[in-house]
Amino acid sequence: MNISNQEYGRIVKRVSPPSSMTKTIPMAFVVGGAICVLGEALLNMYGAIGFSQDNAGAMTSLTLIFLSALLTGLKLYDRIAQHAGAGTLVPITGFANSVVSPALEFKSEGYVLGLGAKMFIIAGPVLVYGISASIIYGVIYYIQTLL
Amino acid sequence: MSVCEGKTFRYSNASIISYGSVAGSVESEGPFGDEFDEIIKDNKGSAQTWEQAEALFQQKALKHAMDKANLVPEKMDLVFAGDLLNQCIGSSCGLKDYYIPFFGIFGACSTFAEGLILAGAMVNAGYVDNAAAVTSSHYSSAERQFRFPLNYGGVRTPTAQWTATAAGAAIISASQKPPFIKAATVGKIEDMGITDANNMGAAMSGAAYDTISRHLKHMSSHPEDYDAIITGDLGEVGSNMLYELFKRDGISIEQHHKDCGLMIYDREKQDVHAGGSGCGCSASMMCGHFLKHVENGDLKRILYVATGALMSPTIVQQGESIPGVAHAVEITYK
Amino acid sequence: MDLFLDYLWAFLVGGALCAIGQVLIDLTKLTPARILTSYVVAGVVLGALGWYDPIIEVAGGGATVPLTGFGNLLAKGVRRAVDENGLLGAFMGGFTSAAVGVSAAIFFGLIASLFFKSGTKINEK
Repeated sequence: MNISNQEYGRIVKRVSPPSSMTKTIPMAFVVGGAICVLGEALLNMYGAIGFSQDNAGAMTSLTLIFLSALLTGLKLYDRIAQHAGAGTLVPITGFANSVVSPALEFKSEGYVLGLGAKMFIIAGPVLVYGISASIIYGVIYYIQTLL
Repeated sequence: MSVCEGKTFRYSNASIISYGSVAGSVESEGPFGDEFDEIIKDNKGSAQTWEQAEALFQQKALKHAMDKANLVPEKMDLVFAGDLLNQCIGSSCGLKDYYIPFFGIFGACSTFAEGLILAGAMVNAGYVDNAAAVTSSHYSSAERQFRFPLNYGGVRTPTAQWTATAAGAAIISASQKPPFIKAATVGKIEDMGITDANNMGAAMSGAAYDTISRHLKHMSSHPEDYDAIITGDLGEVGSNMLYELFKRDGISIEQHHKDCGLMIYDREKQDVHAGGSGCGCSASMMCGHFLKHVENGDLKRILYVATGALMSPTIVQQGESIPGVAHAVEITYK
Repeated sequence: MDLFLDYLWAFLVGGALCAIGQVLIDLTKLTPARILTSYVVAGVVLGALGWYDPIIEVAGGGATVPLTGFGNLLAKGVRRAVDENGLLGAFMGGFTSAAVGVSAAIFFGLIASLFFKSGTKINEK
């Protein structure tokens, strides 16, 4: 080839279409905001019927995760996500979708090695690094309490 | 540094006597939806899994091709088949019930041209009477192998391409009936340093440029000598890239160029980003659309250049770049 | 009126957190899985620094529903567990506070896959 990879890469950059950020960002904002408003409404509702603040929060997560699992099963979550982008990714519903969708997908390879083993193929890193970060913080916090 | 030029094969006695195509729902809604021999609306047919669905597509595509030529599997001497799945199981599962001598081939999305070249060569050499080339791809089986679960709401970048759910089969024989395979140039592996698995068009266009350039040089022909130069699935980015590369040589191929990846879907209405891809994409477009028009003489001379991104999820995760390959087949009315 | 303001803040803060994620997707090579991971870790860090609770004060669901809120929950759980159990608590708090979310996702995922199969996206713009 009579062209260097550097030069080639430069031309690729020029001819590749950029994301239409004027569309994607407002969509992410609106859909993500709407999911959070739903969360807020659930939080208020569970608070009003007598749950403690912590438990109302947990009930809200539980409800949102249930809804996300249902919408994922009905093949609606990914359809909304096609337009909403990070708006459906960042909320806890996105985490649920990333657990439920591999469960559906890899069921065909069996309930143990398919569904069971591959459920956390996307969400696994979230737990690995989230939990590890919390342990590191716990150790630092413990040392602080000693001082 | 001396560069291997390769050879352009000349065929004297290889005709595509029959061809068949099968497509899925998204493809059926594209501009060429009514040209395919069969549409499987639910993308699955009688299959239980997506892998079996892809196998079914391949099985049906070859069946359509055999039926049109009044051939039965016992009359077939050889089949070259391939797909995108690991170990090419779409081909081996799909064609196993035919008991036709079988070569599994892999060239990513370039596989259909690879099959045509090899089948044509075996017929032209006189080793066999009837040889077939079959390839398929399936959006759902490709997604779960290469990317994410189908119902995961991950976002696709604008340069990403949509794997076509389709299959194509062509039967090659010594015959006086067009379309004829006239010449072919085998592509070299060209690694342009592209590491983004969502920009496969860019990874392939270097290989397409190299193969087309060599083919034109060996045939002493020019882009305007062809009614169409049809690339497999460069998509929007890869096609633009191809024009840029030829522009550097002072050659303009835009007016003669068509890309199956850009044609198979209605990109205004369908959310396929940079276009279609997969070895079923150009196979179904050739067998559903282009070969028909060469057979009836609307197109006198075409250059079919199937392009493949030789991508493996493993090497992409390891940060390696994606090599590309492109094979050219010259198909003529006379 | 107060209630309306609550919802407005939830919408604005939650929307903004998602919009930041979208900017990262559009401008960088970060894959969705990396964004999820970074959000949770960022939440742990913000929670550890004590910067996240004030955001929750204002935005409520707008701050707890995005995954940064999940990270903050992990930090909070660890802090509480260390207060009660000393160093051992560092290994307890995270999973304790994440228990509901993770268990729910696992269980509903399993239930969903008993009733549904994966299916092709309907391809419309």
